[in-house]
Amino acid sequence: MMSTESNLVLVGVNHKATPVEIREKLAFNQVKLEASLEHLVSCPEIVENIILSTCNRVEIYARVENSEQGIQLLKDFISDYHGIARGGLDQYFYSYRDNQAIEHLFRVSASLDSMILGEAQILGQVKDAYSTARALSSTGLVLNQLFEKAFNVAKKVREETGISERGVSISSAAVELAKKIFEDLENHSVMLVGTGEMAELAAKHLISYGVKTVYVASRTYERAISLAQTLNGCALDFDAFKEELYRADIVITSTAAPTFIIHKEMIEQAIHKRKNKPIFLIDIAVPRDIAPEVNDLENVYLYDIDDLQNVVNANMEERQKEAENAMEIIKEEVTKFNNWFSTLDAVPTIVEMRNRAEEMRKNEAEKTLKNLAHLSNEDQKAIHQLTQSLVNKLLHKPTINLKKKTQSKDGHVYLKAIRHLFHLDD
Amino acid sequence: MDKISFNLSLFSYLMASLAYFVYLAYRRPLVSTLAGWTVAFGLVCQTVTIGIRSSQTGHGPYTTSFEVALFLSWLMVVVYFLTEWKYKIKDLGAFVIPLVFIVLLYSVFLSKETALLPESSEVRFWLTMHQTLSIMGYAAFSIAFAAGIMYLIQEHQVKSKKLGIMYFRMPSLEVLDDLNFKVIMVGFPLFTLGFMTGSIQNTEMTQPFFSWDLMRTLPLVVTWLIYCLVFFGRMTVGLRGKKAAQGAILGFITVIGTYFLHIL
Repeated sequence: MMSTESNLVLVGVNHKATPVEIREKLAFNQVKLEASLEHLVSCPEIVENIILSTCNRVEIYARVENSEQGIQLLKDFISDYHGIARGGLDQYFYSYRDNQAIEHLFRVSASLDSMILGEAQILGQVKDAYSTARALSSTGLVLNQLFEKAFNVAKKVREETGISERGVSISSAAVELAKKIFEDLENHSVMLVGTGEMAELAAKHLISYGVKTVYVASRTYERAISLAQTLNGCALDFDAFKEELYRADIVITSTAAPTFIIHKEMIEQAIHKRKNKPIFLIDIAVPRDIAPEVNDLENVYLYDIDDLQNVVNANMEERQKEAENAMEIIKEEVTKFNNWFSTLDAVPTIVEMRNRAEEMRKNEAEKTLKNLAHLSNEDQKAIHQLTQSLVNKLLHKPTINLKKKTQSKDGHVYLKAIRHLFHLDD
Repeated sequence: MDKISFNLSLFSYLMASLAYFVYLAYRRPLVSTLAGWTVAFGLVCQTVTIGIRSSQTGHGPYTTSFEVALFLSWLMVVVYFLTEWKYKIKDLGAFVIPLVFIVLLYSVFLSKETALLPESSEVRFWLTMHQTLSIMGYAAFSIAFAAGIMYLIQEHQVKSKKLGIMYFRMPSLEVLDDLNFKVIMVGFPLFTLGFMTGSIQNTEMTQPFFSWDLMRTLPLVVTWLIYCLVFFGRMTVGLRGKKAAQGAILGFITVIGTYFLHIL
């Protein structure tokens, strides 16, 4: 018999409540993952399942015959599989069903549950988990639909809220600023003064956004040459960089100099030579390389490492606010998905109800026709058709209404009633 | 009929202004699309108003103060659509459309009497040229004004290192600076031509070339000088960024001042 209820459940642990020592023990690598998916789907209680295992979370999404049993089974599985006593894990596990499980998945995919809110990596990880499970046929109609939907929701959240808009690392905040000053970075140039690791990282980030011209100046000329080679730029003599400053739209300094090496007059000259074209100075050296009063010059924008860190902190806070907007979208989508999910429940019942009716019709028609042997084939056919259309007519409205009713809150009551009235569960 | 279409356009611009504000604050793509269509609807209604009015008066909408306000706000929307199409800066709407609404709202309080054009066809020609070119120039200046304000807001945020919501919402300094320059590049020659044809029209009306009322002419000369400075300053000494934005704002304020001195 087909299941009347298809329950979605989710069991997992994540970075919020579970320390990394526990999380790393519970992680599934690719080999373990595949074996586990196959094992779980072979359990009679589990219809479909997907395992999501990242460094911040281990979660099993499943459609099961019975929610409570399903949850216990999944918890047992995780602890047995990794050889850790259930008792030691229970405090870390969370479990959700139906609506809440859907909402949780949407939140995870949209990166609302991530350690760094709005980071893009998690969506890729959810996609990988899904395609692994799909390849092993451990998913079916419901989880396929659910995960595809989750990807759409994540995309929508990304597009319609600012959750991923703001950089939350020093170099991404710097790139963002550069783009707010220059828009298109393609025709712009960057000059590195000093070859610090972070300067290199920021330069690479800028290059990935289209910056083509790179100058590198360092006290040790060899280091300038080697970094220039890595970045596909040209090395400058350290003494020469001051004269060449005007060529750069973006300057990143990271020298170990104990005092300022770039003063107001230098930038004043450079900006004059540039005919007031803006210049963006990023000073990530500690102690600082650029005199702070440089920022007073018009068309000059100077950010030191603290400024950038403040931007990053503010961006984090903003992401938190945007998460609230994202939640609205998610709530809406959960309702939509749930509507679809509930109609799904009606389908097997309707099929069974119709099969039952057809069975009865056939029996009764044949019984009657046995006593009416004198009828021609044509007439017998007509009687069959009559009974068929009678059954169809009778069941038409109930079918439509049942589909409609299962979308409402008390939909399951109607389903139960139908199953009871038609004796479908015997 | 023209009353209905006028009110509809006024109402559309008000609604669109509000929608653009909402978009600026909440970033809902649907809202900006809706705002765009509302402005487009307003423009169609306003075009109908202008068409009816012109067929009644037998000439274009540039003889009375009411007509000038009507025509100016119409052109502002047209220029706005052109820039929006070219630059894709949706948030410009939050700065331009309220301005359009104010100009049109102002026109409500002006006399709806019609005025006749001068008899002489030559004077008529120069008057038409003068008014049309000047108003086109003003419409371009209004966009430069909006871009200038946006530039100052954005510049202040980047400079002060306090990156608020507007920092993320608004385009880059370079784009705003470029927009500011481009519209002045179009507006300044139009305005200059308007100024020149105006002088010709004056002489055609048998007034000596330099007999104009100082009160009315001097502000115009000042306006012209400001835009002249902004325009040539960029090409020669690289007057750009904040100064150019301030110039565009100052220029437009002078335009408004000049207008009120004109109708006194």
